[in-house]
Parts: sequence; structure tokens; C-alpha cells
Amino acid sequence: MIRVYIEGVGLYGPGLDGWVESVPVLLGRREYVATPVRLQPAPLLPANERRRAVETVRLALAVGADAFAASGRDPAATATVFASSGGDGETIHHILSVLASSNRELSPTRFHNSVHNAPAGYWGIATGSRAASSSLCCHDDSFAAGLLEAAVQASSGWQPVLLIAYDVQYPAPLSQVRPIGASFAVGLLLVPEPSGAAFVRLDLDLLPGSQASDFDLPGLEDLRRNTPAARSLPLLVALAKNEAASFSLNYLDDIVLKLSTIPVPNGAPATAGAFGSKAS
Amino acid sequence: MNSPLAISNFSVVTSLGAGRTQTLAALREGRSALAPCRFDAVPFPAYAGEIAELNNMPLEGQFAAFDCRNNRLAALALRNDGFADTVEAARLSYGSARVGVMLGTSTAGLQQTEMAYRNRDPETGQLPTGFDYARTHNSYSLARFVRLACNLSGPAFVVSTACAATAKVFASAMRMIDAGVCDAAVVGGVDTLCATTLYGFHALGLIAEGPCRPFDVERSGISIGEGAGFFLLERPTAHHGPESVFLLGFGESSDAYHMSSPHPEGIGARLAMEQALAMADLDPAAIDYINLHGTATPVGDAAEDRAVSDLFGVRTACSSTKGFAGHTLGASGAVEAAFCALSIEHGLLPGSPHTRTIDPTFRSAYVQETRSARVDRVVSNSFGFGGANCSLVLGHAA
Repeated sequence: MIRVYIEGVGLYGPGLDGWVESVPVLLGRREYVATPVRLQPAPLLPANERRRAVETVRLALAVGADAFAASGRDPAATATVFASSGGDGETIHHILSVLASSNRELSPTRFHNSVHNAPAGYWGIATGSRAASSSLCCHDDSFAAGLLEAAVQASSGWQPVLLIAYDVQYPAPLSQVRPIGASFAVGLLLVPEPSGAAFVRLDLDLLPGSQASDFDLPGLEDLRRNTPAARSLPLLVALAKNEAASFSLNYLDDIVLKLSTIPVPNGAPATAGAFGSKAS
Repeated sequence: MNSPLAISNFSVVTSLGAGRTQTLAALREGRSALAPCRFDAVPFPAYAGEIAELNNMPLEGQFAAFDCRNNRLAALALRNDGFADTVEAARLSYGSARVGVMLGTSTAGLQQTEMAYRNRDPETGQLPTGFDYARTHNSYSLARFVRLACNLSGPAFVVSTACAATAKVFASAMRMIDAGVCDAAVVGGVDTLCATTLYGFHALGLIAEGPCRPFDVERSGISIGEGAGFFLLERPTAHHGPESVFLLGFGESSDAYHMSSPHPEGIGARLAMEQALAMADLDPAAIDYINLHGTATPVGDAAEDRAVSDLFGVRTACSSTKGFAGHTLGASGAVEAAFCALSIEHGLLPGSPHTRTIDPTFRSAYVQETRSARVDRVVSNSFGFGGANCSLVLGHAA
């Protein structure tokens, strides 16, 4: 069993304009309307980068910045794990179209933006973070894989870790072979022990099996089914309810990731130097 | 935390050959496999480390849907060096659910989609039927294929952090085993030639016209290669003796500088090496050899020389092995970890084919010709686009 605590959440998706705005929807108190994702220009990037930032980068930076909002922690000193089912479809579509044409001259910027860890690179540049950063892919199960990796980094390395999971829709003809329901991103700031900002304890276990728990928010079920990063929704609902919950997410064909949440009293004094005591 | 893990077996395939024996022979002889690039009829001068047999070894039967250049190379590496047998022994010993699969790639089977785009329906623009995105192009296809081929059911994912990917998976596995998520792990990864990387690096002006010449005063860029390296990592058992090679530590950092250019002072590179040494509880003087990232770009080699000589001084032997089989991009971390393991097992410091005159402004103790030496502990560097850095410490137990 892996145990971590969550200090902050970031969330953008259709009809989900930030974590605080989205809580009433996740609680079922406000009707879910899948309006297009509304993103501010990437808050952390310098002006010239902000204008030309691709959607994956804007989504990732937005949820990352929001996840830090409540914590008071320094993004520049925090390790990151990025997870995406396939990254930036628009960029790869453009590259593949050029390579299939008679003039195969690629844009160097498009090429370096095509790497799976492009949002991680821009996050580092934007925050000035020299901390460790990984970028994972596990197709439809990328959120579960990323959460597992981030939680293990936090608990094993005894350090705060920011998880950013995101997906965007692909243009045709890639959408023909890889339909993704919507653009969606979630950020979770994980810490290894209770802290002033941590509001919930999260326990993770890998169990054999293929049957994830039922998810009973009808308005959001299409989003959860059709967008890999939105497989985080059962966890987000549990966090919004802020009550003890236990449920399983699909992780690979033959494993489920069992998650248990327990609210912890908010505002407990942060231990001075808590993360320096067993630094990795 | 993170006690050393034993490398119970490893397999390596590059243009130098399939398996450890051919690889070791090439390293000993200083023999490069780089040749003029004929892949995809690229119209610019370049050298490449191509594995010709991949052109004619389709995956069949239950693996037919996975058929692409990347998974073919994965299959080739699995069946070399008795690697599949070692994984099977681990599966029987620990149970299939307790063996993880953490692999890296940057290309995966992207070449498959390149071909599909060239064969789009001229009327509708649709991709040809039968193209399997999930099992070829998607990065996870590599781990999915290996997990299926090895009959494993433990945790799995792919790390894709450009040219640092297959170093970072060693770190992931060490943490996962430390946390009790699994007892053993198949790590490493595969990268293969495709048009995107050839034309992309060319667009950035980073491809040398001739074979790459790491640390040479006239270095002018990379030569792309393809390669695979797989390792089985597990906690030390009675089977592991003083001759065994262990993963002793890792360090990871970010440059926070530029998407495709390293920090000119090598700050991120130095951080990664320092952290790897700290985890291994070793002083720089305890390292016998540093396998450099050394891609032969003017800026990258200069930054790494600075980081290495600042941290280790000017006496620790180091070299880039990119002149042997090229820059295997996402696979370079695993391929070069394999070169390092061979260096430790067989007592050699690999040289640097094609490097003629070392840049006179460099200070590190660069090895040009392969020579014999006792090698107990090494550092292997891997740095990627996006400023992703990872250093590994491999060697005999203290």
C-alpha cells in the first residue's frame, strides 16, 4: 500500500473551468453542461512563449499552477510527473502531413514540440524548476499509471510531487484511429505526510482484476469513458465530497488501482523542514 | 531508501550486432557501425546506425497486430542473450503480477503512422484500414508488447522523456521495487529509425554530414541510430556475487532552460550526476568511467565537458560511445547502460570511433581508443529535449 496526502487540485475540461468552480458540478448540485474548455493564456510562461504555446502545454501549465495555489509550496522545488495517453495530436498531425508531402521540410519548433515531454519542458522553463520530471504514457490507462508513479515518488522519495495528467482531441485523420472525447487536464499535488495544506489522505493498492468500480454521475460518464485523463473523475468526485471513499480505477487489462480517500483535518501545523528530513 | 538492485541479465541490440558478444567485440575493436544513411531515401547527407534485419522480420501470430519496426526490435532483443529465459525465471519465482515492465521510447512505432499518412485515401483523406494506432504508434505499445510477450501482469508503463527516457525507467523501477509495488522489473527500451527524427533533427541543424565525432574539435552534430536494451532488475539474492553488476543510484534533474538546447553551463547535467553519486553514497573519485551523453553537437558536448570536469576533475576516464552505433535517442540510456555493464564485466574503457582531435578547450579525461582497465563503478549520462536529465551509477557492490 502506498500512502500520500493531497494538498491541491487543478482541473480544466469541458464545463469544468477550474477546481473550485467545478466542485458543485462534481457534487451533483449544479447541472453539468459540457461547454468548451475555457483556458486563460498560460499564466507562468513569458509573453512570447505564451502566445504560441500549444493546447497541451496551456492545459498542463494551468492545472499545475492551480494545484499549487492552496499549498504555498514552491513549484521550482517540486518534482513532477506528467501523464498523457498520447500527447499533442495537432503537432504530430502537422509533422506527418509534411512528411507525406513532396516538400518534407519540418519546422524545428514543431519537431521539438512533438516530444511526449514537451509540457514538462515548458513547465520547467516557466517555473524555473530543476527538480526531477518524468513523462509517462500508458494509452487509456495513463492517469492510473501516472498517479501510481507520482505517489511512489512522493512516498519512496519522501518529497512533494506534482502529477499532471492531460489529453487533447486529435484532428482528422488521427481522430479516426484515436478518438478522444474532449480536452481535459487534472493536476494533483501529492505530499508524503500530513501538512498544513493537505486535506485528504490517499491510499493506493494494486489488485488483480479487470472490474473498476461503477461511476454514478450520469452527466460526466461520457467524459470519463471517452477521455483517458478523465478517468480521474471518480477520484475528483471523492475529493469534492471530502468524505471517506474507496473505489477502483482500471489500470491495464488485468490490474485495478484501488484508491481510498480519508479527509484529514485541515490547517494542521506544517512541520518545519518536513521534506528535508529524508530527502532523496 | 532505494537499496541497490541487481542486474540479473541484460540484452542489447544495435547496428553493432545482436547481443552482448557482438557488442563487446565491436567495443573492444573500436569498430563503428555507422554508414551513409539510406533509410527512407533521405535527401540530405547523413550517417546512421541502421539494423538491416528489421526490414524483414514481421511479427506474426498473436503479435501480428503489434508489427512495426520498434516492436520487431523489441522482439529481437528479448530473444537475445537468454533474456527471455531470465524473465521467465523471475516470473516463476515472484509470480507474474510481481514483475513490472517499465520501458522507455521516443519513437515507438511512429514510422507506421508515417507510412499510413503516405497511403491516405486521396478522396477522403482517411488512413488505410488495418492501421493499428494503439499497438504501434502509441508509446505504450512497447511495454504492452513486452508485457504480453513475457506473460507478465505486473505494473507497466512507458516513460517518454526524449533521449533520457530509458535511463529514467531505471529510476522508476528502483522506486517501485523499494515501495513494494513489484519484486522485479524489466526495464530499458527501444528506439528505431523513422522519418520524423531524421527530418526533425535535420531541421534543427543537428545532423552531421559524416559519422558523428563526439568531443572532436570539428564535431558538427549527431548520427541517428536504432537500438534496444533490456535489463532484469531485482533485489540482490544468493545468486548475485562479487562479479555481479548493480544499479547503485540515479539522479534526475531538469534544465529549466530551453526545449532543444542544453543549459550551456551544464547545470542540470551536474545536478543529475551529483544526485546519482549521493544516492550511491560514492565520492566522484570512486567512479572509474563516465559514459557521456556526448551526442557530438557543438553546444551539448561543451556543456557536458564542463559539468563533468567541474564535478569529477580532469582525471576520471570518460567517453561518448555515440560513434559506435549512433545516437539511439530514446534507447540511448539503456543501450549505453549495457555498454557500461560490459565495460565493468570485461574490464575495458570504450573509446570513441571517428573522434580524431579532442576539442582543446575541453578538460575532461576523454578516452579515444578502447583500452583495458579495471572498472568497478561507472556513471552513465542521458540528457533529452525538454531539459530532461538522468544519470545512473552502475557497478559492483561496495
